[in-house]
Amino acid sequence: MEVQTTSVNNRDLGPESASAPPALHVRDLTVAYHRKPVLWDVDLDVPRSLVAGIVGPNGAGKSTLIKAVLDLVPHASGVVEIFGKPYRRQRRMVGYVPQRESVDWDYPITALELVAMGLYRQIGWCKPVSARHRRRALEGLDEVGMADLAQRQISRLSGGQQQRIFLARALVQDADVYFMDEPFAGVDASTEKAIIAILQRLREQGKTVFVVHHDLETVHEYFDYLIMLNMRVVAAGPVAEVFTPQNLKWTYGGRLTLLDRAVDAIGQGSR
Amino acid sequence: MIWTALDSWIVLAGALAGASCALVGAFLVLRKMSMMGDAISHAVLPGIALAFILTGSRAGAVMFIGAAVVGVVSAVLVEAVRRYGNLEHGASMGVVFTVLFAVGLILIERAARHVDIYPEHVLFGAVELVPLHLVSIAGLEIPRGVAVLALMLIINLAVVAVLFKELRLATFDPGLATTLGINATAMHYLLMTLTALTTVAAFEVVGSILVVAMLIVPGATAHLLTRRLLPFLAVSVALALLAAVLGHLAAIGIPPWFGFEDTSTSGAMATVLGLFFLIAFLAAPEEGVIARGWNLAGLRLSIVTQDALGLLARAAEDPANPDGSLSASDFRSVSLSPFRSAGAGLAVALALLRARGLVAADKRRFRLTQRGQAAAREVLRVHRLWERFFYDEGGVELGELHNAADLLEHYTDSDLRRALSDRFTGQRTDPRGKRIPG
Repeated sequence: MEVQTTSVNNRDLGPESASAPPALHVRDLTVAYHRKPVLWDVDLDVPRSLVAGIVGPNGAGKSTLIKAVLDLVPHASGVVEIFGKPYRRQRRMVGYVPQRESVDWDYPITALELVAMGLYRQIGWCKPVSARHRRRALEGLDEVGMADLAQRQISRLSGGQQQRIFLARALVQDADVYFMDEPFAGVDASTEKAIIAILQRLREQGKTVFVVHHDLETVHEYFDYLIMLNMRVVAAGPVAEVFTPQNLKWTYGGRLTLLDRAVDAIGQGSR
Repeated sequence: MIWTALDSWIVLAGALAGASCALVGAFLVLRKMSMMGDAISHAVLPGIALAFILTGSRAGAVMFIGAAVVGVVSAVLVEAVRRYGNLEHGASMGVVFTVLFAVGLILIERAARHVDIYPEHVLFGAVELVPLHLVSIAGLEIPRGVAVLALMLIINLAVVAVLFKELRLATFDPGLATTLGINATAMHYLLMTLTALTTVAAFEVVGSILVVAMLIVPGATAHLLTRRLLPFLAVSVALALLAAVLGHLAAIGIPPWFGFEDTSTSGAMATVLGLFFLIAFLAAPEEGVIARGWNLAGLRLSIVTQDALGLLARAAEDPANPDGSLSASDFRSVSLSPFRSAGAGLAVALALLRARGLVAADKRRFRLTQRGQAAAREVLRVHRLWERFFYDEGGVELGELHNAADLLEHYTDSDLRRALSDRFTGQRTDPRGKRIPG
């Protein structure tokens, strides 16, 4: 498998790390709004040093999966571990890129100030952003090709540029595991290429990146690992193994499965 | 108009109330939760009344605690009603704050009728009475309201100064804040607590309706004027301070001109804030209506001007038109004229081009001057390079080329022009075989 060969070159895969805890371990994760489940009994064990796509139809719970892992929505049940320890104890190893539409781009800050937000944990409570941190933020902007626009107010940036500074903010966090919610939404082709190059560089540095994605045509090209989601995990594994017509059909087709009907019934019952 | 020590105290109280409100209100505006300020300012009323009924005291501290508790409870209730009642935010606030406010009014009417809380003061404030309630602090007799508001402003300034970057992140991106260990929910309720406290402190100055103006209007105005958080906050506070001074001057100064008595200072302050907003709305340098209209008019004029130059350049290439001149009606009737429907714009553009010495007029016919020819060649060059581009790279049909190039030629800045030139170095003709000048 291609993933293995590339990653062996870039991190010391000694005999002990064969049993190293996975980057993300999820067991029995269920998320419900009211009583209607949005995610149902999710189990995942994703190894480290790869770029993992999360795909599925609208309403499949892709964003919810990320938010549940990051404790941003309450879960009804389940365990989430990052490198073998509960998420809450591993927060500093985790970076998050929310959906671009989730924030107000009219907010009065510059691109540089937005990127510096990724350093807030490092800076610590109640302390101001120092010149050293601003320099680091500028480096982050440079990595995504946006150093020229550091002082630009964020509403004056194009959609692609906004997505790039979101990515720069995650990069300066210097996390080990990244969760990115639709980083390719509404970006131009050149930005998409630039973002994917950055993701691949992160993988080469031994980091693990989860990406909510929509475009099935680019799955083979972009990802090593794929999580196919439709309220539950239809399939998860190396792209070559799980990205099959049968799994696609189960993920996207056949809307009214028995499970869907059961879920609807539960939803109706709670009204 | 006579200015007394009373007036100074009134202005000071108004300024302190305005500044405290503007500071927390600015964050409400940023969080797009402006109406939360409205909700809380109404909901604190039963808190004040209950605190009085339970303790029989009008002591500031008791009322503060009562109001703050109810203020935060109302913020929790709004969230709960929204989530579990399946309502949108506005409806949820509408339900919670009107009910709490009504309860508060009844409680005040019933239980507090023997003390000096009047419903109309609750609604509109009574800043004129502020100098009458004195307390002694460090041997100085100062109005109680002024002391309370000064303390409130210090608290607000301290919280914003100490938690500046945490507030910035939590109000901009609550999700990221939470993953970075800055609990956005806690920050939300901190903001709600400050809003409740500030509202109570400002109560006797501006009342529970006008306090909303103090909370929201400075932030809304500053948002039109600034692009950074610190200037945004500074401008909000400065506008509130200015409104206190101008508002009181207006309240005691203007009505006598018309033979009326002084009017309410708090009302005048809110009105002045409204005027500030109106001015910013119209005249803000980038976001204002006037600036936008001006930019749009400028863009239109530059398009018409370029079109006129382009047309004159084409006329100069026409062998049937040896002197390359066009009459005003030619501009509308030549083929591919962009002026079929343009009205006054063409006349303005031609007048402008003559003023700049690019076009000369002779017997009501217009033609390019020497300098005008250079400018016109550049317009034509960009147009034909775009046609080349769309034909070679875009596979656009010959018949569609002109329109496609027309869309872009007016938005081609020097960078793009250079890129276009580099791309088609050595290319001498457009797809129809017309020469690309330059």
